[in-house]
Amino acid sequence: MQKIGSEKLKEIFIKMLRIRAFEERAIAEYRKGILPGFIHSSIGQEAIPSSVCAFLRDDDYILTTHRGHGDIIAKGAKFDKMMAELYAKETGYNKGRGGSMHIVAADLNMLGATAIVGAGVPIASGVALGCKMQNLDRVTVCFTGDAATCTGAFHEGVGLAAIWNLPVIFVVENNQYGMSTPVKYYCKLEQLSDRAKAYGIPGVTVDGNDAEAIANVASEAIDRARKDGGPTLIDAITYRYYGHHMGDPGTSYRTKEEIEEWKRHDPIERFQGRLLKAKVITKSEIQEIQASINRELDEAVKFAMESPEPRIEDALNNIYCPSA
Amino acid sequence: MRDLTYREAVREALGEELRRDKSVFLLGEDIAEYSGAYKVTQGLLEEFGRERIRNTNLAESAIAGAALGAALVGTRPVAEIMYIDFSLLALDQIFNQIAKFRYMTGGMVKVPLVIRTQGGGGKAAGLHHSQSLEALYTHIPGLIVVMPSTPYDAKGLLKSSIRDDNPVIFIEHKGLYNESGPVPEEEYMIPLGKAEVKRQGKDITAVAYSKSLLLTLKAAETLEKYGISLEVIDPRTLKPLDQDTILNSVEKTSRLMIVHEACKTGGFGAEIAAIVAEKGIDYLDAPIKRVAALDSPIPFNPRLEDYVLPNENDIIKGAFELTGKEIPAELKLG
Ligand SMILES: Cc1ncc(C[n+]2csc(CCOP(=O)(O)OP(=O)(O)O)c2C)c(N)n1
Ligand SMILES: [Mg+2]
Repeated sequence: MQKIGSEKLKEIFIKMLRIRAFEERAIAEYRKGILPGFIHSSIGQEAIPSSVCAFLRDDDYILTTHRGHGDIIAKGAKFDKMMAELYAKETGYNKGRGGSMHIVAADLNMLGATAIVGAGVPIASGVALGCKMQNLDRVTVCFTGDAATCTGAFHEGVGLAAIWNLPVIFVVENNQYGMSTPVKYYCKLEQLSDRAKAYGIPGVTVDGNDAEAIANVASEAIDRARKDGGPTLIDAITYRYYGHHMGDPGTSYRTKEEIEEWKRHDPIERFQGRLLKAKVITKSEIQEIQASINRELDEAVKFAMESPEPRIEDALNNIYCPSA
Repeated sequence: MRDLTYREAVREALGEELRRDKSVFLLGEDIAEYSGAYKVTQGLLEEFGRERIRNTNLAESAIAGAALGAALVGTRPVAEIMYIDFSLLALDQIFNQIAKFRYMTGGMVKVPLVIRTQGGGGKAAGLHHSQSLEALYTHIPGLIVVMPSTPYDAKGLLKSSIRDDNPVIFIEHKGLYNESGPVPEEEYMIPLGKAEVKRQGKDITAVAYSKSLLLTLKAAETLEKYGISLEVIDPRTLKPLDQDTILNSVEKTSRLMIVHEACKTGGFGAEIAAIVAEKGIDYLDAPIKRVAALDSPIPFNPRLEDYVLPNENDIIKGAFELTGKEIPAELKLG
């Protein structure tokens, strides 16, 4: 296991704080009744994208899911454009056409969230294929949910990546439920990483609330992929604190005790404790970082609120690009 | 007569059929304690247990395929696909397997299954949760396609669908679940393939289904005040389509308008228009009018979504155009 330097650890931690703060603000805005559509909160799962994306280059690609805010922020997305998208404004990442479940930040090589569970997996294989064919040494990370591993698209997409030895890492953000359905119900395997055996690729299960553990696993997989060593399946076990989306209390299929128990393993608190102890960061530094994140969020909300709506005249733009 | 919501009416039909026939069972994603994305199956787990209210894995193709397999050996599955947008993942099973199985076997077997799903926009649910895809299904021989607009129709048609020996695609609308309407306590059925005249009129035949039917009825009230009388027909079953009810009405009114939420190109309105053109062109005194969504994905932004989807004003405007009357300025249709 390689040692992760303190700068990297700090970078990961800050990403986690950013994700948590954004998600909390998004929920607060949603609860005011002003955001249209659905919000799927990733609170509780912050360690996974933060640790994975810390080892990606800017030109590496990621794809994500309906629960993608955290992944997108970890890749470097800007709060203002994200918030504006949640507000369905013209200044949002998708010009208000996509919303929370569809954010794409092409300038960050963030090729998108999809609201069709599993759909991102074969697309990620294709992105990795395109990079490989053009001799770009870029790596693609495909974030996906645990229940997504049931879909045909997942099996087909991972299978293809395996036979073509594509530079792609499939990261299962295993919050142990697909909507209300527990992983133990929909899968007979001990652990989801065992699915990797079916494709003959490395698979590893990791504590998804342990930022350092994920960092180790992810950096190894990313290195391997970049050196033409092929795909890896990472199963990172975590927990979502909220319901499936903000309209779901999340308690008809999970006990209060279970939720409370997982909150005692909060990824941010755990990591923060370790970093403070190792003197990687100080309490006052953390406070400063949080204050600055909050200012950034205040500005993002203001930006979103003051931004214009898309114009009706533009409603039919971009369904096609102009023909050659 | 008591009122039920559309959601309750669907639920009641499921409950009654599960109670009546032990071979009926439900399968789908998160239909047990979660009760489905729109809480349609609430309470059924408690009464019928996990053997008959079966949560599947996240696998639409498996849901449809397993429903087919189970139907082939004597059970009567009612599958739920959470959103019609996700039914696209099951299309091999539905189009290639389910729709063709009986024909392929020379009529040796029956495929008594229902796939319940829901579509439609208006909720800022975005591109993958808002589509109206019924025309895909009506294109495939072997499938029955039902799209109820009222609680009364939803219940009666679902019961018939479950008892029918053919595969039925039963398409609900997310924007209708909270709508209420009268539903009798006593059991009743509504035959598949029968349209209903929802409002009598003399100037224009307006064919509309699902949520568009409600919009059309509202528009008809406004139009009445301006001297335009709409005869509103709900086909209820798109396939097989009750052509006679539509043609008889067009013979009377000499004008045809079709209203649906799906986008216009290749929408089911094109089929209705073609049928009337083939069999009733002599009845027509005006071109056929289709009021439908613009040919666009459904945008997330609610204003854009409203713009893309057809609304009451579009129907009113269409009716004035068909009758050649001037639109009164006070209507402010823009
Ligand atoms: C193909 C498809 N089927 C069903 C759904 C409805 N749905 C949305 S999220 C979800 C559960 C996904 O679970 P998982 O992959 O574990 O991701 P999580 O939501 O837990 O992050 C379901 C069933 C969907 N969006 N797409
Ligand atoms: Mg999950």
